[in-house]
Amino acid sequence: MSKELKRVAIVVLLMFGALFVATTSIQFFQTDALAADSRNTRALYASYDAERGPILVDGQPIAMSVPSDDDYKFQRTYPNGPLYSQVTGYYTLGQGSTGIEQSLGDYLSGTADSQFLARINSIITGQKPKGASVELTIDPVVQQAAWDALGDLKGSVVAIEPSTGRILAMVSKPSFDPNTLAVHDSKAVTDAYTSLINADDDPLVNRSIDGNLYPPGSTFKIVTSSAALQSGIAATDTQPNLGRFPLPGSNNTVSNAGGGTCGGGDSVSLETAFVLSCNIPMAEFGVQMGDSTLVDMAKAFGFTKDLDIPMAVQPSTIRSPMADDKLALASFGQDEDRVTPLQVAMFSAAVANKGTIMKPNLVDSITAPDLTVLQQFEPKVFAEPITSATSSTLSQFMVSAVQNGAATNARIDGVSVAGKTGTAENGEDDPYTLWFTGFAPADNPRVAIAVVVEDGGGENQSGSGNSIAAPIAKQVLEAVLNK
Amino acid sequence: MNGSSPVIEASPLVPDAGRGIRRIRVPQKLRNLELFLLIVACGINAFAVVLVQLGAIGAVDSTVITLGASLSVLVLGMHVALRYVAPNADPFILPVAAILNGIGIAVIYHVDLINGDTGWDSTAIRQVVWSAIALICAIAVVVVIRNHRVLQRYTYVFMFVAFVLLLLPMLPGVGQEIFGARVWIHIGPFSFQPGEIAKILLAIFFAGFLVQRRDTLSLVGRKVLGVRFPRARDLGPIIVIWALSMSVIVFQRDLGTALLYFGLFVVMLYVATGRTSWILLGGGLFLAGAVIASQTLTYVNDRFNAWLDPFSQKNYDDVGGSFQLVQGIFGLANGGLIGTGLGRGRPDITPLSQSDFIVSAIGEELGLAGLFAILCLYLLLIARGLRISFAGHDDFGRLLGVGLSFVIALQCFVVIGGVTRVIPLTGLTTPFLASGGSSLMANWIIVALLLRLSDTVRNQPRLVI
Repeated sequence: MSKELKRVAIVVLLMFGALFVATTSIQFFQTDALAADSRNTRALYASYDAERGPILVDGQPIAMSVPSDDDYKFQRTYPNGPLYSQVTGYYTLGQGSTGIEQSLGDYLSGTADSQFLARINSIITGQKPKGASVELTIDPVVQQAAWDALGDLKGSVVAIEPSTGRILAMVSKPSFDPNTLAVHDSKAVTDAYTSLINADDDPLVNRSIDGNLYPPGSTFKIVTSSAALQSGIAATDTQPNLGRFPLPGSNNTVSNAGGGTCGGGDSVSLETAFVLSCNIPMAEFGVQMGDSTLVDMAKAFGFTKDLDIPMAVQPSTIRSPMADDKLALASFGQDEDRVTPLQVAMFSAAVANKGTIMKPNLVDSITAPDLTVLQQFEPKVFAEPITSATSSTLSQFMVSAVQNGAATNARIDGVSVAGKTGTAENGEDDPYTLWFTGFAPADNPRVAIAVVVEDGGGENQSGSGNSIAAPIAKQVLEAVLNK
Repeated sequence: MNGSSPVIEASPLVPDAGRGIRRIRVPQKLRNLELFLLIVACGINAFAVVLVQLGAIGAVDSTVITLGASLSVLVLGMHVALRYVAPNADPFILPVAAILNGIGIAVIYHVDLINGDTGWDSTAIRQVVWSAIALICAIAVVVVIRNHRVLQRYTYVFMFVAFVLLLLPMLPGVGQEIFGARVWIHIGPFSFQPGEIAKILLAIFFAGFLVQRRDTLSLVGRKVLGVRFPRARDLGPIIVIWALSMSVIVFQRDLGTALLYFGLFVVMLYVATGRTSWILLGGGLFLAGAVIASQTLTYVNDRFNAWLDPFSQKNYDDVGGSFQLVQGIFGLANGGLIGTGLGRGRPDITPLSQSDFIVSAIGEELGLAGLFAILCLYLLLIARGLRISFAGHDDFGRLLGVGLSFVIALQCFVVIGGVTRVIPLTGLTTPFLASGGSSLMANWIIVALLLRLSDTVRNQPRLVI
């Protein structure tokens, strides 16, 4: 009987061996794959288990986790939801996350690599794990001014500190309340999400960096003028002052915004063309310099380049290569020129900062719960599209445009403001896209700005950048200058 | 008789002035070891309950601890009983059973806390009461049955009672269908799974029956391809047990219990006769039955599909599909290597995490490390049981020992293997851990019988352990 008993014992060992193998496989080798399964609510609960760090603006939370009585232990709340929604993004049950919540999610939840030791520590000491806090560069006063100035219009305002790249304001309208997406009821989240995603005017889209790109219109003349100045043609050459310009190789013609010629005289300089925002001379300069010169300058300003602030910014685009008829249109910001408001703000920032674009950035610092600084963001050079000499010439152009040119509605008493408007066409009968970009004070720039208003600001084709976008910019610039 | 053996002759209950001191001292060593291990076990159990309270509610609540303490008193009561009626019994079996029972209560209690169940709605409190009843039954068994050979006398009575118990749930009015399986009886406020008790009676019956018939079963038969197969008329018993198992599958819709009975019988038959042909025949018969069942019975078919591909969305969503299995696996994965800590996991997400899926709950809260420890405790318990069979000298006792040990091993394998996808999921309870009065009672009675057997083995003069 002993031989049989031994065999039974071996069978028992084999059965338990199988159990050891199976549990090891599930609890050690497959844990990551199983945690990633969307049906695994435990992983979802666990992601709420650690107190997610707050997102701060000037020390005050604009996103924070407060204890809740349900399964998730913490409720994410956004004290000033719609004002900051495009910056914070949202953090939801089952619909993912966006904005800073998404791009710095690792730090906020305490799972970033640099927080590894802290996690080990909290396991050993039994303390509740806690995520890091993220301090933004946003200035609440400027943000509020931009929010108020934009009013009920659809569009965006972006304000940057030219010397550092710090983003002082980033507003996109229409906005949404991220609190409606942070509720702990997946059906309510899905309903809120569905209604937002299907809403007219795309409230979930951050127009400042990630919308459908806009035609830049006359704001692009900063790029064309930069190319003309850098290549030297603007210093010596003037262009014939025409009332109608036939597009090369095409039966179509272009005209200046008000019809007629660009000021008086038979020829027109770059300065006059810029200050009065004339299309024909810009088209003539563009055709003279050639498509590669213009495209290279656009790329030097950041077109087609990837940029994270830390959210990914959609790269602005321009057709390349292009025939002269397209080049003429592209030279004053039409054809297939497409930009983000942030890119347009970077035009002004380059001029304001002696030709150097500092890398735009939303995050000031990331601080662990024990107050050690995990990451401090230092200013970095993003691009140097133009020389200091070119920038001071352009700066004069832009000051003149506000003083006595096409951008007069941005004037501020006692301060020299530099600016450029844009009134971009979308389709023959479609409302215009209205722009203003500029900086102030012109001699010692503290802020560079871009304002875009969609749908002609409700005035179809009768509104202009100067009439609608410039006054908005003026209010935001004043908010900075009054600090 | 070998006079130098430390354990010799007669019962220590019969005082013998001359050699009394020597005889009593050795058993006391065993019992003292058992007492020490029991104190450790009860300490761990109390600590587990306190950890659950601290983890789940952040405070210590004395009521449940008091109830747990009363259980410790009963376990110690059993220990005292052993000192008198089975002083040579194995010292490891009782502490292992006690710690498994206690860990089970702690984890069940956590799910109660999450669900907000208190008083008689609390499964943990009912489990404590059932444990007390089970322990009293176990004490009664060791006290009443002083010699296991008595059981052999009633071999066929046990068979008859076992069959009646198995058929009870089929009776209208008494039987009750829960989760599709008709294995419960319901009398007044009490529900009971008679199949749990039946497995002990069947083990006793098999042991008695096989001791009588082993010679005919092992020696006569025709040789085919080097394996001796039994005569057709000797096939009777295995056919009867097979038919019984299949009727459990078909009429009570209980795959696990059928596998348990049949596996138990085949193994005991093999140990008794030493003939591999029985294993081949038995395994073949069961496989054939299971394959036919999986093709014809939808609930068996569902189990197979859920086992083969639990993560497919279709199986996951189906009624009777893999939702529970997948959630249990998510629970295990959530535990990882060291677990979430007692009272800090989410075992409540998995359906039936207090009974069928308690292993998943334990794996979640105590991690792979804790689950390994639990499996090792089972192995220790089973090893001590098998040891009785190795060391024993009456065939009935040896067969009963292997039967009772193997039934625990097989039950662990079927239920834990089901939860971890080694085999298709079937509804069986995890011995000592899972909530359920009948299961607890049956397993504590098995403990009592193993203790009785081990005491007899050590009392035998022939062999020294």
